[in-house]
Amino acid sequence: MVECGRHLNVELLTLSEIIAVSGEAGDFTVTVKKSPRYIDMDKCIACGICTEKCPKKVADEYNAGISKRKAAYIKYGQTVPLKYAIDPKNCIYLTKGKCQACQKFCPTGAINFDDKEEIVKINVGSVILSPGFTPFDPSGLDFYGYGKYPDVITSLEYERLLSASGPCMGHVVRPSDGKEPKKIAWIQCVGSRNTNRTENGFCSSVCCMYAMKQTRITIEHAAGNDQDLSIFYIDIRSHGKEFERYYNETINKGVKFIRARPHTINPGKNNIGVQMEYLTEDGQKIKEDFDMVVLSIGLGAPKDAGDLSSKFGFNLNNYRFAKTTCFEPVKSSQPGVLVTGTFRSSKAIPRSVTEASAAAAEAAIMLAESKNSLTKNKVYPTEIDVSDQEPRIGVFVCSCGINISNVVNVAEVVEYAKTLPYVVFTENNLFTCSTDTQVLISKKIHENRLNRIVVAACSPRTHEPLFQDTLREAGLNGFLFEMANIRNHNSWVHQSEPEKATIKAKDQVRMAVAKVAQNYALTRLKVDVVQKAMVVGGGLSGMTAALAFGNQGYETVLIEKGDKLGGNALELLQTYKGEDIGEHINSIIENVENHEQITVLKNTTIKSCSGSVGNFTSEIVINGSNSGDSEVKKIAYGVGVIATGGKASSTTEYLFGTDDRVMTPLKFDKYLKNDHKSLQDADTVVFIQCVGSREPQRPYCSRLCCTHSVKSAIMLKEINPDLNVYILNRDIRTYGEREDLYKQARDAGVIFIRYEPNKKPNVYKKDNDIAVEIYDPILMRNLRIFTDYLVLATGVEPNDAKDLMDIFKFGVNEDGFLNEAHPKLRPVDMPVDGLFVAGLCNYPKPIEESVTQALACVSRAGVILAKQSMELDAIKSYVTEKCDGCAVCIDVCPYMALTLEEYQLNGSGRVVKRIKTDPALCKGCGLCQSACPKEGIMIHGFTLSQLKAQVDAALESVI
Amino acid sequence: MSDKYEPIIVGFLCNWCAYAGGDLAGVSRLQYPPNMRVIRVMCTGMVHPELVVNALQKGADGVIIMG
Repeated sequence: MVECGRHLNVELLTLSEIIAVSGEAGDFTVTVKKSPRYIDMDKCIACGICTEKCPKKVADEYNAGISKRKAAYIKYGQTVPLKYAIDPKNCIYLTKGKCQACQKFCPTGAINFDDKEEIVKINVGSVILSPGFTPFDPSGLDFYGYGKYPDVITSLEYERLLSASGPCMGHVVRPSDGKEPKKIAWIQCVGSRNTNRTENGFCSSVCCMYAMKQTRITIEHAAGNDQDLSIFYIDIRSHGKEFERYYNETINKGVKFIRARPHTINPGKNNIGVQMEYLTEDGQKIKEDFDMVVLSIGLGAPKDAGDLSSKFGFNLNNYRFAKTTCFEPVKSSQPGVLVTGTFRSSKAIPRSVTEASAAAAEAAIMLAESKNSLTKNKVYPTEIDVSDQEPRIGVFVCSCGINISNVVNVAEVVEYAKTLPYVVFTENNLFTCSTDTQVLISKKIHENRLNRIVVAACSPRTHEPLFQDTLREAGLNGFLFEMANIRNHNSWVHQSEPEKATIKAKDQVRMAVAKVAQNYALTRLKVDVVQKAMVVGGGLSGMTAALAFGNQGYETVLIEKGDKLGGNALELLQTYKGEDIGEHINSIIENVENHEQITVLKNTTIKSCSGSVGNFTSEIVINGSNSGDSEVKKIAYGVGVIATGGKASSTTEYLFGTDDRVMTPLKFDKYLKNDHKSLQDADTVVFIQCVGSREPQRPYCSRLCCTHSVKSAIMLKEINPDLNVYILNRDIRTYGEREDLYKQARDAGVIFIRYEPNKKPNVYKKDNDIAVEIYDPILMRNLRIFTDYLVLATGVEPNDAKDLMDIFKFGVNEDGFLNEAHPKLRPVDMPVDGLFVAGLCNYPKPIEESVTQALACVSRAGVILAKQSMELDAIKSYVTEKCDGCAVCIDVCPYMALTLEEYQLNGSGRVVKRIKTDPALCKGCGLCQSACPKEGIMIHGFTLSQLKAQVDAALESVI
Repeated sequence: MSDKYEPIIVGFLCNWCAYAGGDLAGVSRLQYPPNMRVIRVMCTGMVHPELVVNALQKGADGVIIMG
């Protein structure tokens, strides 16, 4: 968020809304209404005094209304831009003409009650819409008593109660009496999968997991106290990567999962707690008391979906989500308008983040011709070389209005700083971060020939880049700088101890001065980027990525191990939305093979990889299987996308392999496509779900089998309405709008029978017929079904990537799926910089999600490819003269940035070994520095000597 | 120094978590005793054992590594 706010090429318009759009893809004019903030963004220093002085309290929407905020406010601590705003609906002055307390106390005069609404017109080539979702309001479902009984709350409210930054700092208390609840129930699918009292037939797809997460955090918070937590559900839908494992762990933690839908909630005694009524599966009617009930509310389309769709002229689906196709999942029906996140359908963070990147890729493809025509770059003066100069340190001590100076005696700190070694200039500023102070710092640097700067103010995490920029503008290297955090780490946290705070501030300044005296100029290494991409895997994901690279003008090599492109998609029939896959895949193959920027290499494998982000080289073997005419070739590329795919699992259960009528879904798709005759003659088809999945040897859920079977069942009913179709399942996981298919199948007469892993179906041959025996938990008796076809949903396994793991040094999870750098925030980046992952090799997923992921890879890779050279961070390891090549550091380096190299000792001809560090791989974590017993390897900017200087300075007052 | 025992603690704080936590404690105005002197590091993994020994030798009453 901070990065976005600070980016030179990102302009944030907050408190703004779109009022009109004209033009077309490539040339839109968007009219935006900017509502007044009543606080001057340039002057506001986010000290929070306006909030403190504001007398008006209103419900805090960030905390789901369970706490209060003021009318002068920021939404939450990490708000970007970190600027306060006045809420005109609640401000006493703006509503009643009296008060102005904030204006009186604002130390910078930032309050501007004359602020006016502004209309701006923006010319853009494409638009990305991500307006989010509207949480379901359960007030209308009166049987839950939400709004009537204080201890019935929504999951979003509970989320805030659990949060460390929430109204009770994470110590959950129930609303009625402020006591810690022990017995809590979660009710799933409130406002999802419900067409009875709501119109939300879809599955919100995130609630099962968030409810489990909430139970787990509740258990952690209440460590030692016995918690009695229950989740009431229809189906548990833990279909994401590592989700099934999480589900199993949650069961093991003692959370009860009860398959029931509570129909009535009554208030407890004195309206404290509740009594809930429900029917268990075996028909028992239960009344149970709970301290608190959490309604797992669904995520609906945003309120203004209709408004946006009519302004931009694109279509919504039946649930008012933006309508898209599975093949172009982030493109709305209006060219040039892209839609992402929960606006498209309810989804969790990883898919939202992935879609955001995918939309950026689509926009980049669309605007490829005008790439870099409007980007801004900053030019700095040549840096002064200060390496031979004795340190001349300037110390700027900030009062931060009164944020620092009302606790810390700033004048005393300034005087003290003057006594420190090498300090030649000191000054106190009201706001060291203000624009005019930057000019002043620059002036003082020149006047006093300062070559090191210390700013004693707030946090380097927020302000170091600003001051480093000032240094660079003044001709100094940005690393000749240190901050002493005397606000966040001092005046704000020691408010009642001004004397001790002042002593601490002096110590902090002394430590910063001691370190900065040793700071030296650092340069960000620039590496040339090979502006080419390599894509491994010629399935749908790989081809989509290759096309997206190619369409932006990047040369791309697509490597496929087999002899044809297309992968698993060649065998598939339809997407869940009913689009024909074969037709689409053939047109993609043709596009890829005829694309002038794409080189397709079939029957090709990768033998090696050297180099790092921006600059990889691999040896590839073309025609490896044909030893006679195999060819080894070297290719250079800047980024790589790994899309090695997956395959349908096999099984030995349920007569598979012994009878042709027992088959996998992929094979059955062929019948559905070609052999309607035999299906018309058939009497019964049985599907068994979770074959070999969600069991100890393969614990994950393959995510796509439920939808596939349900879709196939519907097609069967269309071919032959009299056919008996059974789907034997453990939970039906038709997430999102796929839920409509589940309903459609039931309406068409498909029979769903649930089984537990300890009562799996029994399949055997009786005479020449296939018999399936299953215990039906609703009828509470065994059924025997004779079937013509038995389709086994065997799930998806990743293709073996062991060779590539060794070559590229990436990792896989316990199930063999390639890992991403961060499952939520960096879902397509691999831990190795410059490599990205898409498709089934990462986790089982339907076509729509594979395409999204492939596009997201291209977007993320584009950040590297877009520039001819790339600047690396300056804080990296370097090897000193003391290194004797003992290689201890190699073992501890988590980024494989270190190697041992031989070199000749000067003149003597003797060959010795020494460590070499690859700055492109090094992340500057310094594990090497702390492991080295002889100061042979250090981190720039954090050398042992610099850190020691800080330790010594910290303790100077002790001795 | 006051009569009361006031330990001096040297803290090595990871830039990405503990140091950020310290910043947030400030924003949230959580009050705590002013006895720690913070050294920001890019990862607590870079804290050489020698630094810890050095701090204790120089008179620190405690060293805390947070990351």
